Amino acid sequence: MSTDAILEVRHLSVEFPLRQGIGDLIHRRQPKVVMAVDDVSFSLGPGEVLALAGESGCGKTTAARTLIGLGTATRGEILFKGRRVGGDAADGPAISLKELRQRAQIVFQDPYESLNARATVLDIVAEPLVVHRLAGSAQERLERVRLALEEAGLRPADDYLKRHPHELSGGQRQRAVIASALVLAPELLLADEPVSMLDVSIRAEILNLLNALRRSRGISILFITHDLGIVGHFADRLAVMYLGRIVEIGPTRAVLHDPQHPYTRALLSVVPVPNPRLRRQRVILQGETPNPLDLPAGCRFHPRCPIAVAACRTAEPDLTTVRDAHRVACLLVAPASDADQATHDPAHHEGG
Amino acid sequence: MGERRSRWSGALRGAGRAIRRNKLGLFGAVLVLTALVLGVCAPLLTAYAPTDIIRDADGHGLTFAPPWEHGPLGTDDAGRDVWTQLIYGARISLTVAALAGFIAISIGSLVGITAGYVGGRADAGLMRVTDVLLVIPDLPLMLVLIATLRQMDLRVSPLAVLIVVIGLLYWTSTARLIRSQVLTVKERQFVDRSRAIGAGRIHVVRRHILPQIMPLIVVNTVLVLSTAILVESGLAFLGLGDPTQPSWGTMLNFAFDRSAITNGAWWFYLPPGIAIVWVVLGFALLGNVLEERLNPRLTGHHLEGGKGMVAVPGRSEA
Amino acid sequence: MTEPPLLSVRHLTTEFTLADGQVARALEDVSFDVLPGQTVGLVGESGCGKTTTLLSVMRLLPGNGRISGGSVLFKGTDLLTLSEREMRSHRWTDIAVVFQGAMNALNPVMKIADQIREAILLHDLMDRKAADRRVDDLLELVGIPRARRNQYPHQYSGGMRQRAMIAMALACSPDLLFADEPTTALDVMIQAQVFELFKRIQAEFGLAIVLVTHDLGVVAEMCDVVVVMYGGMVAEVGPADSVYNEPQHPYTQRLLAAFPDPSQSADLPEGGQDLATIPGTPPRLNALPPGCRFEPRCERRIDRCTEASPALVDVAVPGSGARHLAACHLLGEPEAGDA
Repeated sequence: MSTDAILEVRHLSVEFPLRQGIGDLIHRRQPKVVMAVDDVSFSLGPGEVLALAGESGCGKTTAARTLIGLGTATRGEILFKGRRVGGDAADGPAISLKELRQRAQIVFQDPYESLNARATVLDIVAEPLVVHRLAGSAQERLERVRLALEEAGLRPADDYLKRHPHELSGGQRQRAVIASALVLAPELLLADEPVSMLDVSIRAEILNLLNALRRSRGISILFITHDLGIVGHFADRLAVMYLGRIVEIGPTRAVLHDPQHPYTRALLSVVPVPNPRLRRQRVILQGETPNPLDLPAGCRFHPRCPIAVAACRTAEPDLTTVRDAHRVACLLVAPASDADQATHDPAHHEGG
Repeated sequence: MGERRSRWSGALRGAGRAIRRNKLGLFGAVLVLTALVLGVCAPLLTAYAPTDIIRDADGHGLTFAPPWEHGPLGTDDAGRDVWTQLIYGARISLTVAALAGFIAISIGSLVGITAGYVGGRADAGLMRVTDVLLVIPDLPLMLVLIATLRQMDLRVSPLAVLIVVIGLLYWTSTARLIRSQVLTVKERQFVDRSRAIGAGRIHVVRRHILPQIMPLIVVNTVLVLSTAILVESGLAFLGLGDPTQPSWGTMLNFAFDRSAITNGAWWFYLPPGIAIVWVVLGFALLGNVLEERLNPRLTGHHLEGGKGMVAVPGRSEA
Repeated sequence: MTEPPLLSVRHLTTEFTLADGQVARALEDVSFDVLPGQTVGLVGESGCGKTTTLLSVMRLLPGNGRISGGSVLFKGTDLLTLSEREMRSHRWTDIAVVFQGAMNALNPVMKIADQIREAILLHDLMDRKAADRRVDDLLELVGIPRARRNQYPHQYSGGMRQRAMIAMALACSPDLLFADEPTTALDVMIQAQVFELFKRIQAEFGLAIVLVTHDLGVVAEMCDVVVVMYGGMVAEVGPADSVYNEPQHPYTQRLLAAFPDPSQSADLPEGGQDLATIPGTPPRLNALPPGCRFEPRCERRIDRCTEASPALVDVAVPGSGARHLAACHLLGEPEAGDA
């Protein structure tokens, strides 16, 4: 178990109980639960970018929110630099949620909604400093805000300090959000679909910015996205989620170039490609992602899987290693040789 | 910080603009302002004190003198100038209403914000209390409370009792309103972001929730004030006010008790009635206009500018 | 090109009067054709005028918008000369629209089948019973199970709601369908299903589609012809193959470069690679430069670019038979006569 990892997630499960009606309460029925995240494990090394990809409802956003404490984990543990988040000091080194929030920051998807329309850019970027009571004087805060704004590409910073969000474009707002994430010099950045609401050319700028920050500051980034088109430019590793589980994880190029899981294959085959001449076999899955309340037995993907066999209906596959650090949860994918059986345990940390 | 002041003045400026644009709102503002001015400048507008008795040539009290004998509004049953009582009464009515309203809004906002933001059992508990108060008929409850407080011989002015009782009973609608707005704002992403940064409850409420619900509080204040005036007038009419500091309701009380109607002394009972209507109407119109303008629009900012179209002129993004 | 175009937009110019009295030229001299059964992509970033074009053709501009020039010929009739009444007879029966986010604009208290039926009955095409049968046909066409016809919008997923909107749009058998970002809010798999549905409907009914979107991948997969818009003008228009593989306008070139190609991403170097960007920002439509609208951000500008706005120029490979035009001073001479 390497302590190099900035972030280590072990068997994380997040459940949401559903509201019960009067009838349920009277009959004292157990509340139905939605397992938004089901036994998810992964790790993130320093300066590494892990893309967590999947369609809506796959649990990627819930996982990210739970990591930063906006949701509660039902099971499993989250370790930040080897210290358990919110853990009991008796069980080993722990880190409080408050400290975690100083060292890990989140960037949300909607640059319009994630900022308070009545606040100025200065307020927004200074807020982390104020909340954590760092940077004593207003002057010091101002300085740090200026530096963060410039680093995020809003130059000259003084032009932006007094502006309100509605006076900024979408790209500028995201930069302001990134600046506010940078002002505490975090080691981990959670980016929840940070560019999906931006125009194409702005998207490129923001992604380049994140990449540059990763290189200059060594920040680790957990990049949540539904767009498999952009991960190649940016992510070191890619994890694909379906209905709360990771179905495939590995180095980005390996997963994109040689996807093993039928879901990954189908997804990659339908991602629109800006090339009219490209002819390819598109695997268009029928139907929609099933209701998480009504999970199929066995492998949760089997009802839509083009290559499902009888065994898929009964056994839920675990992640098995296919090739160095490339793991897949599918009964039909042959695991690597016996020598790699040691890595069968999904909780084992995988190197960056 | 200078920015904080600008946030509040921004809301008020928006209110000012809204009032100016809407004729009815302007009218309402005028009504309220005249009443205020009259009350404040009362000593300048009359030579008498409310308790002064006007005497005629023989030294008898000039009772029930009509306006054409003693202007501008004649005298009451004891010979006191009605106009004087009216404008001094404005002070009482408006002050009681303002203080009671302030108490109601404060309690209501506190309860609403706590219930809405903290949720859980605090919410359930507070809402049950609110429900109970909403359900009990106001007037009997107030009468009981006032009677009880008076029994306790607390040596406070009857007006203070009125203020406290009205304030304690009229916060419930505010609480419900604020609570549901807080519930909505709480779900917005900028609140999530603040929490993700590590902000505690107080910070989030102060910095993010309050500014969003301020407009609602402003509107609600105006409406609560108009209710407070009506209630105060009603209670004073029933004799629960302070006879030594007559409000408009008290004037009506006197008028009825002392046979102003049978004596045809309309100048005694009509003016306070009209004054009450005047002020309540003013507040209601103001409140309506403010509500139209300041009601938080859910995704209003999506329409302000638009993605990409609101580029900063001349600046290039690095 | 022997077939007459179904829709022929020529020199369309639209203005908006802003709150402070300024006039913003949202569209300037926009021209393109749609042949029967063809799929045309209107591509550009936000604020480029693609949605305004749609609204102008359908004459659904908001109160402060005004079409100040040009013509919109649909099957020979200029829609801009029609009265509102006459226009209404064309809407939905000849040209239908699926608006952006329309799936969220469904009436929440009305059953899906009833809403689709309403669209049919509004146009007086048939009686209630026949309309109901048509609704069933439409639902089958778009792949909504018959059993779910009487459900409410909140019981449908996003993808199904979009299908319902498509069914509604097809209710009166239009010849042309405008789809404004029909799949932006949907997952990529549902998106693929919706586009497969479009293709199937086109094959069966010869429907022409104008797809308004910012997604260059979607356009490459679906569209025969691409119209690239920038700052309210057409920057480039031509067959998808030509525009993507031989882009002539500097904006098109940069836009394509900035759009990640997932089929290439497997070959990117370690540590990722920066995406190409376009420096600067789109122009403000109430303060347009006198010359080419892209000039401030163009690295290949010449003096002429600040003086006059370039006209569309034929840049097609000679002998290819296709019409490929681009508006850039660096390219050839303008076409004589009508573009």
